[in-house]
Amino acid sequence: MTGEASTPLLKVENLLVAFGRAKAVDGISFDVAPGEMLGLVGESGCGKSTTALALMRLLRDAEIGGTAHLNGVELLGLDEAAMRARRGADVAMIFQDPGTALHPMIRVGDQIVEALTAHLNISRREARKRAIDLLRKVGIAAPEERFSVYPHEMSGGMCQRVVIAMAMACAPRLLLADEPTTALDVTVQAQILELLQGLVREEGMGVILITHDLGVVAGMTDRVAVMYAGAIVEMAATEELFATPLHPYTHGLLRSIPQLDSGWDEPVPTIPGSVQGAELQTGCRFAPRCAKASDACRTPPALREIGENHFVSCWNTP
Amino acid sequence: MARFLINRLLQSAVLLFGVSIVGFALMHLAPGGPLAIYTLNPTVTAQDIERIKVLFGLDQPVYVQYFKWAGGLVSGNWGYSFFGGQQVREIVLDRLPATFLLMGTSLALALVIGVAIGTLAAVRRNSVFDYATAIGAMIALSLPTFWFGLLAIFFFAQTLGWFPAGGMVSIGDGSLLDRLHHLVLPVVVLALVLVAQWSRYTRSSMIDILDQDFVRTARAKGISPSRVLVNHGLRAALVPLVALAGLQLPLLVGGALVTETVFSWPGMGLLFISVLSTRDYPVLMAILMVGAVVVVLGNLLADIVVALVDPRVKLHDE
Repeated sequence: MTGEASTPLLKVENLLVAFGRAKAVDGISFDVAPGEMLGLVGESGCGKSTTALALMRLLRDAEIGGTAHLNGVELLGLDEAAMRARRGADVAMIFQDPGTALHPMIRVGDQIVEALTAHLNISRREARKRAIDLLRKVGIAAPEERFSVYPHEMSGGMCQRVVIAMAMACAPRLLLADEPTTALDVTVQAQILELLQGLVREEGMGVILITHDLGVVAGMTDRVAVMYAGAIVEMAATEELFATPLHPYTHGLLRSIPQLDSGWDEPVPTIPGSVQGAELQTGCRFAPRCAKASDACRTPPALREIGENHFVSCWNTP
Repeated sequence: MARFLINRLLQSAVLLFGVSIVGFALMHLAPGGPLAIYTLNPTVTAQDIERIKVLFGLDQPVYVQYFKWAGGLVSGNWGYSFFGGQQVREIVLDRLPATFLLMGTSLALALVIGVAIGTLAAVRRNSVFDYATAIGAMIALSLPTFWFGLLAIFFFAQTLGWFPAGGMVSIGDGSLLDRLHHLVLPVVVLALVLVAQWSRYTRSSMIDILDQDFVRTARAKGISPSRVLVNHGLRAALVPLVALAGLQLPLLVGGALVTETVFSWPGMGLLFISVLSTRDYPVLMAILMVGAVVVVLGNLLADIVVALVDPRVKLHDE
């Protein structure tokens, strides 16, 4: 399940994304094995979504460095036409807000058809048939009728199912799910996650699940990478990470999950301070908010392997 | 839909009734009048003027004049010109085709070119093309039309002799080619301003849309950039512009006062100028009412078109 087992599906090395002087993603490396689900966790603005958009090459006005090999093909080095042939076909993305991710003036079925005909040489009739199959597959009842419906006539959960169907259309090998349930009602969230998990298992695709919800991560992913201010601070198998978190930031994140059995008037623990611009700091980015910070933290810690496949970037962990 | 139309048409009738009252009142409140022209004429005596007054019905109270005029209008009799006694309907309908031809060509041309320029400027934001068209539009909008017209006549008619300086046809010629030849200069001058407007409207609408999530989704599918731009971007960006086009529809019958005057184009604009100076009440009121009807119909048409192209918009009976 980890990087060294067989060849990884996706191998990202030293990925760097800068908007002008601001580095949104600052040299992160990770890989995803075929059929593996990697959770990318962190608070808003830590570079999770930017990482996904950089892999899709959908960022404008951004400088991108490093490499990202998908099945041996370097995505970041492809020209635009070659990248377009991969988008949707080899690597697809599910977006955060299904309410805005679908075109408001195009029938949902036609939006799926478009995803199919962009890469497959099939007739419109065949594409329509497949789109209806996809709608059925993502759990939409009466798919023949729903084919001709506009997004505003569907609920948020339904729209997200359509977005998932679109992403699945050409059976991509890598799926980037960017907070797929954040914009949905809690009751719908579980349904969508279940659907996603089922489909991913069935198709055997690799997934990067981006979320700030640790509950989602615990239930779904094989491995977790925790991001803070543009860098990965800890990465381990999901069970291992939840059992023995090593980085103080991971500690803080786990502690700040509200507990059902805590008293109603007990405050939820928080991490003091807020994320600081990565470009302002020389040492460890988390140091200003860290209780364990010491002089050593003035030099930036590298991600090092502490346990078996457990990586952490902190000077003060054993 | 039918109920909506009936409602809107009823509302429009009330509105037009109001417009006619205000127009009629203002016309009579303005100093001077159709007989002012005779007062300085030494061959016309005071008795003559009195006689003409009675003949035209101008001796009666304004409200009586109004109801006589309005009653005629409703029954299809638009009255007779005070100067020459020609039927008003004939005078106006004679002029309509010329204006329709001039404005229709200009509007169609401006829409195509303006939307194309605006789209390109939005896609290449902050490029040389964007800045150049912005400056060009500013110049076209801020310099007076008559000056452009005179300049065009000076260069292309006077100096180069490529096009006729004015009129709609050459005397003794009426071929299609001759008419087109006459059409070029006034259309170009008129279209210049309209292109400037439309390129700016389209640019800002398109920039709004290109930043939307659904455009990103379309790109993530791997479809071609032109398809993203036209099928996803432009399709949504043009919706707000439909209402604007509806507002410009009255130009089709109102004509362009300045351009028609400069190029002595025998359209509504030129007619309006001449009857305004002689206070030919029946003709003035006819032009006013035709204009008002087209404004109302233009807006109604825009509402219907928006509802047809945008599935989120429904026509409501209010």
